[in-house]
Amino acid sequence: MNFLEAFRDPRMAGMLRDEIHELAGRRGKRDRPLSIMEVCGTHTMAISRNGIRSMLPSTIRLISGPGCPVCVTPPGYIDAAIRLADSGTHLVTFGDLLNVPGSHSTLAEARSRGAAIHVVYSPTAAFAIAQERSGTQVVFLGIGFETTTAPIAAMVDRAHQIGIHNLSILTAFKCVPPALHILAIDPELHLDAFLCPAHVSAIIGAEAYEPVCRAHAIPCVIAGFEPLDILYGIRGILQQVLHREARVDNQYNRVVKPSGNRKALDLLARCFQPSDADWRGIGVLPASGLTFRENWSTFDAERRFDLRVEKGTVNPACQCGNVLKGKILPTACPLFGTACTPSRPIGPCMVSNEGTCSAYFRYEGKGVPS
Amino acid sequence: MCLAVPMCVLRIEPDGTAVGDLDGVRHGVDLSLLESVAAGDYVIVHAGYAIERLDPAEAQSRIRLFQDLQTSRNADAGEGNP
Amino acid sequence: MSHSLQMAHGGGGRLSRELIEAEILPRFGQGPLQGLPDAASLELPSNRVAYSTDSFVVKPVEFPGGNIGTLAVHGTANDLAVCGAEPRWMSLALILEEGLSLDLLRRILDTIRDTANAGNIQVVTGDLKVVGRGQCDALYVNTSGIGVIQPAFALAPSHVQPGDMLLVSGPVGDHGMAVLAAREHLDFTHGPVSDTGPIYPLVRAALPWAPAIRFMRDPTRGGVAAVLNEIASGLPVDLQVDESAIPIDRRTAAVAELLGIDILQVACEGRVLAICAAGAAQHVLDAWQGCPEGRQSALIGTVTPGTGRVLLKTRTGGTRLLDIPAGELLPRIC
Ligand code: SF4
Repeated sequence: MNFLEAFRDPRMAGMLRDEIHELAGRRGKRDRPLSIMEVCGTHTMAISRNGIRSMLPSTIRLISGPGCPVCVTPPGYIDAAIRLADSGTHLVTFGDLLNVPGSHSTLAEARSRGAAIHVVYSPTAAFAIAQERSGTQVVFLGIGFETTTAPIAAMVDRAHQIGIHNLSILTAFKCVPPALHILAIDPELHLDAFLCPAHVSAIIGAEAYEPVCRAHAIPCVIAGFEPLDILYGIRGILQQVLHREARVDNQYNRVVKPSGNRKALDLLARCFQPSDADWRGIGVLPASGLTFRENWSTFDAERRFDLRVEKGTVNPACQCGNVLKGKILPTACPLFGTACTPSRPIGPCMVSNEGTCSAYFRYEGKGVPS
Repeated sequence: MCLAVPMCVLRIEPDGTAVGDLDGVRHGVDLSLLESVAAGDYVIVHAGYAIERLDPAEAQSRIRLFQDLQTSRNADAGEGNP
Repeated sequence: MSHSLQMAHGGGGRLSRELIEAEILPRFGQGPLQGLPDAASLELPSNRVAYSTDSFVVKPVEFPGGNIGTLAVHGTANDLAVCGAEPRWMSLALILEEGLSLDLLRRILDTIRDTANAGNIQVVTGDLKVVGRGQCDALYVNTSGIGVIQPAFALAPSHVQPGDMLLVSGPVGDHGMAVLAAREHLDFTHGPVSDTGPIYPLVRAALPWAPAIRFMRDPTRGGVAAVLNEIASGLPVDLQVDESAIPIDRRTAAVAELLGIDILQVACEGRVLAICAAGAAQHVLDAWQGCPEGRQSALIGTVTPGTGRVLLKTRTGGTRLLDIPAGELLPRIC
C-alpha cells in the first residue's frame, strides 16, 4: 500500500475544500480573518506545492512560521563552519545548508575555493566518511529540529560505541515548543491556531503541545504533510474555533503517539542538554536549543577546535525576521523577487527550499490566480 | 521541516539495519531509533533513519473517515436537491 | 596492453597509436574515419543542415539505463532532432583521466558504437587526450553532430498561440533521478532507470503533421519546468499544465519523494516536449504512442492568452506557478 498516494486523492481534496468553505462561512461576518500558523516549513512547502492557498476562502490566512532549521540558523554558525573548512577540516552537511549566507560567504563558495565539503542525505554517510578518512578531522553540521536531531544523536552514539575519534558535530539544534510560546504571545501576530508539524511531533509526541495550548488557549492541530492531511487539519481548526475550544488535536495519529518516540527522546536526553539558542530573525530564546552534555563533549566540534560561534551579520534590508514570525508576507519585503531570488538569495528564507520566501517565489509568484 | 516518507520494511539485515521499500525502490534504513521492528512493518524514514512506525490500521480508518464524510455530504446534497 | 590508461596513451607516440588501432578503429574505422584523415569529408544531401555540440560530464559514468557514452550520442542527436533535423554525422572527443580502467573505456566505446549505429549516425572524426590523475573525473566526452533538416518543420517559440496543446513523449525526470540515486552513500537499489534514448524516431513519426508543430524541446537540465518557462517567457501566453496528466514513473517518484526533489525540475535524456496546434495534437499523440520511444506519451496542457507564465493545476486541485529550478539538485532533509 502506498500511504502517500492515498492522502493525495483530488476528489477527497475537493470535498474537504468544500467543507472548509462551509465551516468558514459559519463564522460571523464581522470576525477578522482567521490566522493559522503552519509552524513547520515542510507544511509551508506542501501548501505551496499543492496550491492549497488557492483552495481556501479569503477569510483564512495561512501564516508560515519559523519551521525551517535552515532558515533559523544564524549567520555566525555558517561563518564558523567556513572557518573550519578553510582550515582543512572535512565538513559533512545536508544539502539544505550549502547556499545559506553567512556574514560574507556561503559553504558553496567555500567548496568552490577547494574546501572539502561533502553533501549527504543521511548522517550515516558522515559516519562512513569519517571511517574512510581516519587521519582527517571530519565535522558534521548538526542542524535540525527534534526530527533530525534524533538521527544525528543515533549516529553519534554509534560512533562512540565503535570508537571513531575523528568525527565531531557543530551543533545548532533547535526545539519547536519553546518557539511556539513566543509566537503565541506576540501581539502583532494575533494567532488563532497552530497547525503543528508532522514529523517533529513523531519524536516529541502530541502531549508536548499541551503546555502551549493551555497557557495561551490556542488550538493546536497536528497534521501530516499530504494535501488531505493539511486540509483536514484546517477543517479541524475551524471546528475548534467555531466551538470556542482550544485543544491539542492529533490528526496524524497513524504516526504520532501521545508521548512521542520514547527511545529517541531517551537518546536525546542522554546526549544533549537544553541551552539558549539564537534563532535567526527571532533572537535568543531560552532553553530552545540542544548542546552536548559534558560526558559527550569529545563530539562537540566547538570544544574540539576551540571555536567561537559569533553572532554574524545579516543584510539589514532583509525582512527575514518578520517573515519568519509571520508578521509580513515575503512579497512585502522590498528585496523580494528583485535583489533576492532563489538563485541569488540574500536571506535564509530564500535559500532553503522550504523557506517562506523561496516557497512563495517558486510556487506562488506574484499574482497567481487564487 | 523534515521530509520523511513511509516505507515498508522488507527485511532486517544481520547488522540490524533494514531494507525498506517504497513503490519498488529499495533503500537502506537505520532502525536504531525504534524498538523491535519486523519485516512487514511500515516506518517513517527521515534522513535514512526510521523515526517512528506508521500504523496501517489508523491510516486505513482515516481514509475511511474521508470516504464516509464524502458519502454523507453527497447524501445531504441529494436531499437538498432532489 | 596494461589494464589502465597511462599518460603516454595520449602522447602521440607508440602507445597512442596502439590505443587508437586497438580501440577506436575497429569500432569506428569503417566510414570517413578510415585511414585517419585530419578531417572528415562529407556528402551533404541538402544545403540545410543543423549543427550542434555538447559536452558530457556525469557522475557516476555508468548508471542504470546507460552510461556517459549513451548520453554523448543521444544528447547531441536529440538536440538536432528537436530542431527538426535527422542526425547523420557525429564527432567524438574524449578527455580521459590517467589511470582510467581500460575495461570501462571499452564498455563506453562499445556503447557509443552501438548507440550511434542504432540511430544511423556515423562517427566521422574524433580526438583523444589523456590528462593527469585528478585533472578530470574518469572521463569527459564531447560530441558535435550534423543533421539534415526536414523542410516541413518551421519551429520557433514565437509560433506558439493560444489554443495550442502541450505534449510530452514519456515519463519525466527518470534520467536525473537515476543518476542521483546511483551516487555513492545514497544506498538505493531497484531505483529509477535513465530514459536516455533517441528522439528522432518521434520527430519522424510526427512528420505528417510537421506544419502544425510550433516548437519542440528536449527537457534536459532543469527538466520540464525549465523548458516550459523558456518557451513561455516573453510570449503573450500562459502555459497551463495539468499535473495529473504528466506521466511519472513510480520509482522515480519514490526517490524524488525521499530526497525532496521536484520531479518537474529533473532532467530527461530521451523525451521531447512539443507544442502543437490543437487540431493535430491527437494525431501526433497517436503517432508517438505507436513508437517504442513514445508509448507513454501524453497531452499535458494547453496554451492560453497570458503573460509568459507556466501555471500548474496541481493534482490536489489547486493552482501554482511552475518556476525554474535555482541550480544544483541537492538531496534535502527539509
Ligand atoms: S525576500 Fe530575501 S531579503 Fe526579503 S525577507 Fe525574504 S529572504 Fe530576506
